[in-house]
Amino acid sequence: MESEILISVQELSRFYGQQKAIENVSFNVHRGEILGFLGPNGAGKSTTMQIICGVLAANHGSVSIAGHDIHGAPRLAKKHIGFLPEQPPLYNDLTVNEYLDYAAKLRGIKKDDLTNAINLSKERCGLESVGSRLIQNLSKGYKQRVGIAQAIIHSPSVIILDEPTSGLDPIQIREIRELMRELGEDHSVILSTHILSEIQSLCDRVLIINQGAIVLDQPLDQLENNSDKPGSIEIGLRNPPALEELLGIEGVASVESINEDTLRINFNPDANKTDAIVEKAVSDNWGLFKLNPGDTSLEAIFMRLTQGDNEQFEEESTA
Amino acid sequence: MINNISLIAANELRRLFKSPLAWVILAVVQFLIAIFFYLLLSQYMQPASAASGLTDVVVSGMYQISGVVMLLVSPLLTMRLITEERRLGTIKLLISSPISITELVLGKYVGITTFYCLMLFMISLMPASLMFGTQLDLGQIASGLIGVLLLMSAFASIGLFISSLTNSPAVAAVSTFGVLFLLWIINIAGTNASEGMAQVFAYLSLLKHYSSLLTGVFNSTDVLFYIIVSIFFIILSIWRLDAERTYG
Repeated sequence: MESEILISVQELSRFYGQQKAIENVSFNVHRGEILGFLGPNGAGKSTTMQIICGVLAANHGSVSIAGHDIHGAPRLAKKHIGFLPEQPPLYNDLTVNEYLDYAAKLRGIKKDDLTNAINLSKERCGLESVGSRLIQNLSKGYKQRVGIAQAIIHSPSVIILDEPTSGLDPIQIREIRELMRELGEDHSVILSTHILSEIQSLCDRVLIINQGAIVLDQPLDQLENNSDKPGSIEIGLRNPPALEELLGIEGVASVESINEDTLRINFNPDANKTDAIVEKAVSDNWGLFKLNPGDTSLEAIFMRLTQGDNEQFEEESTA
Repeated sequence: MINNISLIAANELRRLFKSPLAWVILAVVQFLIAIFFYLLLSQYMQPASAASGLTDVVVSGMYQISGVVMLLVSPLLTMRLITEERRLGTIKLLISSPISITELVLGKYVGITTFYCLMLFMISLMPASLMFGTQLDLGQIASGLIGVLLLMSAFASIGLFISSLTNSPAVAAVSTFGVLFLLWIINIAGTNASEGMAQVFAYLSLLKHYSSLLTGVFNSTDVLFYIIVSIFFIILSIWRLDAERTYG
């Protein structure tokens, strides 16, 4: 991509005492790019985001926002940042208008532009009708939207959202996604989420972080090129054969039974043999009645990259 | 710099007055001090005490009591300064904004001190009402007023610092009260110590520097004492919040 690099993260490491949060994390985000930040709980997503925003300091490494180092020139760098932490940073005893007014002034918006900025931000987040209500009386979804409104009020070139759609209903999620797509056109957006479909529908690039290290950094379209062939299928058979017979089919890596007549068949990478299985099912009279493609590629990749450690973790925790 | 400080101070004040706490504290303080004012005034009206002047007995006496009342009330006002920002998560909004931690801490300090000034103004209306009927020693009143103000701003900075140490307002309030009380009575603790230590303890007492200002003795070391205490705890607060980004 040719466009200007707005966020540059170099070799970031951060420890909480002895506990490693992230280690040697580096990536760049260009203007007009939406980066999806993915990882299991406790992988270091929030830590990384907070370091980028200057809320936490890194033990090693540097972050530069629109060419300004967050540590060396924090005032210049932070002018370009809009940040929504995991818990929206709201003053419950202020009204939405008062709060946005304060947030806008904190971000250094001039007096003349203030009303415009607040109105635009309210309009974008669908907050027009609640402007004079106290934040503490709003529902969770509205609070989340006020949080997003404060992050975009100064139209920053870098928008960092930590789980922006948590607590929203499906309609609101769609609206917020629409908004982020719009923002992603001429800003850089980093968003973290647990929802894989959100990444797929929204992001240009996905970054998976696990146990404090980046395990995948790839444009989404590259990932999707592989997704014609899902890594597994779910198959319903009335007369299931012995598992060995299924494992005998070329390309099948493993078979798990989900319930008595449904099986999940995992293929070796790049060897989707759905057709072979269907052929055999018909010829051997297995009573095929259901066939679903398994996990989407992103989910499969996510599972593959993070699962191993989780199993390890579970073993450790049960031990 | 000034803009950001006043912005944070204004927000602090606005949020103070949104909560019933500030109003209740203003009312209770006013009520308590009014009672003392009345008692002092009626004591002065008795012929036996005619030896000392009105300003000495009533006005200085009232400011003396104000100091004690503030000692009790100040921790309740300063406890939420930083703890609440942490609890609400708004500290992240502040720190990710283009303002420095120095501005943040100074804004908080200015905000709460402005509230104290307002409180002091309301209290001072009572002795001012005496001016309709008699002559007051305005110099001594001014000196006493400066004394209370300095004392309160020292309370504010100590409370601000302790509030930056914890996440819990209650812990902040109790610790602040403990520290303020200790600094208030530390000269008593020094009475049994050796000569030199007794002097050090006496010097550290917030009370000692305050009483001389109340009697109208404007000693610049007393004024400096409070200013240094304030600056010291403000700097500690800034360091503390700064360190939190690295070690927190």
